[in-house]
Amino acid sequence: MKIDIQTILPLAIAIPLGMGFILPLLGKKLTRLADVAANLATASLVCLSIILLVGRLQGGGAEVYWMGGWRITAGGTVFGINLVLDGLSALMLVLVSVVSFASTLFSSRYMDQYTGRSKYYGLFMLMIAGMNGCVLTGDMFNLFVFLEIAAVSSYALVAFGCESDELEASFKYLILGCVASSFILLSIALLYAQFGALNMAQLGERMAELGVNKGSLLALMMLLAGLGVKAALVPFHAWLPDAHPSAPAPISAMLSGVLIKAIGVYAIIRVVFNVYGWTPELGMALMVLGTLSMIVGGVLAMRQGDFKRLLAYSSISQIGYVVLAIGLGTPLGILAGLFHLANHAIFKSLLFLTSGAVQYRTGTRQLDEMGGLAQKMPITGRTCLVGSMSIAGIPPFNGFFSKLLIIIACVAAGRWGFALCAVIISIVTLAYFLKVQKNAFYGKLKDKWAQVREVPLTMQCSMVLLAVLCVAMGLLLVPGLREAVLEPARDALYQGVKGYQEVVMTLLGSGG
Amino acid sequence: MIYVLCLILFLVGLYGVLSQKNLIKLIIGLGIMEYAVNMFLIMVGYRKDGKAPIMESGTGLDKFLSGAVDPLPQAMVLTAIVINLAVLALAIAIAMRLYQKYGTYDITEIRRLRG
Repeated sequence: MKIDIQTILPLAIAIPLGMGFILPLLGKKLTRLADVAANLATASLVCLSIILLVGRLQGGGAEVYWMGGWRITAGGTVFGINLVLDGLSALMLVLVSVVSFASTLFSSRYMDQYTGRSKYYGLFMLMIAGMNGCVLTGDMFNLFVFLEIAAVSSYALVAFGCESDELEASFKYLILGCVASSFILLSIALLYAQFGALNMAQLGERMAELGVNKGSLLALMMLLAGLGVKAALVPFHAWLPDAHPSAPAPISAMLSGVLIKAIGVYAIIRVVFNVYGWTPELGMALMVLGTLSMIVGGVLAMRQGDFKRLLAYSSISQIGYVVLAIGLGTPLGILAGLFHLANHAIFKSLLFLTSGAVQYRTGTRQLDEMGGLAQKMPITGRTCLVGSMSIAGIPPFNGFFSKLLIIIACVAAGRWGFALCAVIISIVTLAYFLKVQKNAFYGKLKDKWAQVREVPLTMQCSMVLLAVLCVAMGLLLVPGLREAVLEPARDALYQGVKGYQEVVMTLLGSGG
Repeated sequence: MIYVLCLILFLVGLYGVLSQKNLIKLIIGLGIMEYAVNMFLIMVGYRKDGKAPIMESGTGLDKFLSGAVDPLPQAMVLTAIVINLAVLALAIAIAMRLYQKYGTYDITEIRRLRG
């Protein structure tokens, strides 16, 4: 069956955007209806993203869709709003959809503690629309617009509980995010002033023709700083350990699982590889940023006593792995980085959901106060064990394969120092997740938790779904699947400026 | 020259964000930064003696391109203004709720999260 991508591609943005405006209208009475509608929407997005992934394979290359079928060519530049679906975008779409489906499934009972559920789902959908738009767009300014849609709704979602901590964390996040956005917009303006194009493919082409000059270097630095804040790379990470734990658990899962990747890491690697083109210096900058994040995040996570705060620091550390591997710029390095990115989306959202499940039943996030909960909450305990094993890199789980690949890629590129850091931090990761397991789920059951029960069925379902994926994702390295999922994503980056521009430019004239 | 003024305005805003202790002044700093960026965008599209970018019937595309100012940055600024409006409204709303919880606008006193 031939899949018509041109028809269904805009739905990836239209469904969540539309639902984002419909759901808040349901008001206070119809909360169950809001649950059902939100879950249906995310489930349909999962189907849609898988169809798009398969359809893109049938088509072979990338697909370009023009919004409203409108474009105009003037002075050799094509103007119009376009969406580009290539291997990397397709992979990111699937990740965003799967994690958001698990999160909405979890939310339907978890959000019983909060009021204003239809508004919550409305913001949630807007955030998904922003992320989907961000990974699909082929245009610098639209990247900024979608990035802001995702970011603004995430500021509001972090503050959703309206308690002191949440408001404080959200305000901090908002100020840093807003400064970052100003830098991003300023650098986009600089790029437009110099090259007269906003389309990423054309921008890359002109940049290759005219060469990188001082102005575009300044723009690159501001872009890296701005997007670095969104991705929480180390010198810019201060907001993350406050914002991620303060949000409701399904939102923490979304923020740590996909938001920092879709609007941070994805945007950075797209700009670096497909607009500026990877150079050894740029790669070195990414590797240093990545290694710093890896070390600082890992070391700070060791001394956290708060379950979700520990997970937040661990996110910084794992994002460091991704950026380090992609910064290597070798085919194996990029493959390993993207694989780890995909795996991290799954296991980190799983871990945040289990922490939410514990908080739902016991009302605490402090590891010292828990103990022996695995006896009372077997499903939560086991899924959390799977997640911890994956993130620490224990063999049968997905995290092992991606970390191994990252280390092999570092060694193959002759970067022994970076490989050593990756190994050491991997051991540190194991140490702090053993601490989580020991304090929270094993050991002696405390008397005050004698009445604790397992969480409701829908919450269990979403955790089990992600835990199964943790094991199944290892299969992505099997030859058949690797060529279908990971290698197209790798090639989208590895082909660099020229390849991207060739793929997209041939379609710029014809698509529509 | 005027670009330098724009950069100075941006830095004034950044200084405000970094140095002020009052939540409201911080938000004003953010606003100044955003104005500076918007002004820069408008200046990117400016051309001396340019006409308003409205295409009348009968004018060819070439004539339009040679006479009018660049309309694209103007469209971008409109979008950016709308986004800034949303962000500032949210920031002010959160600042109000913070005042209700902590009874102060001073960020040095709003410090519950640490580590």
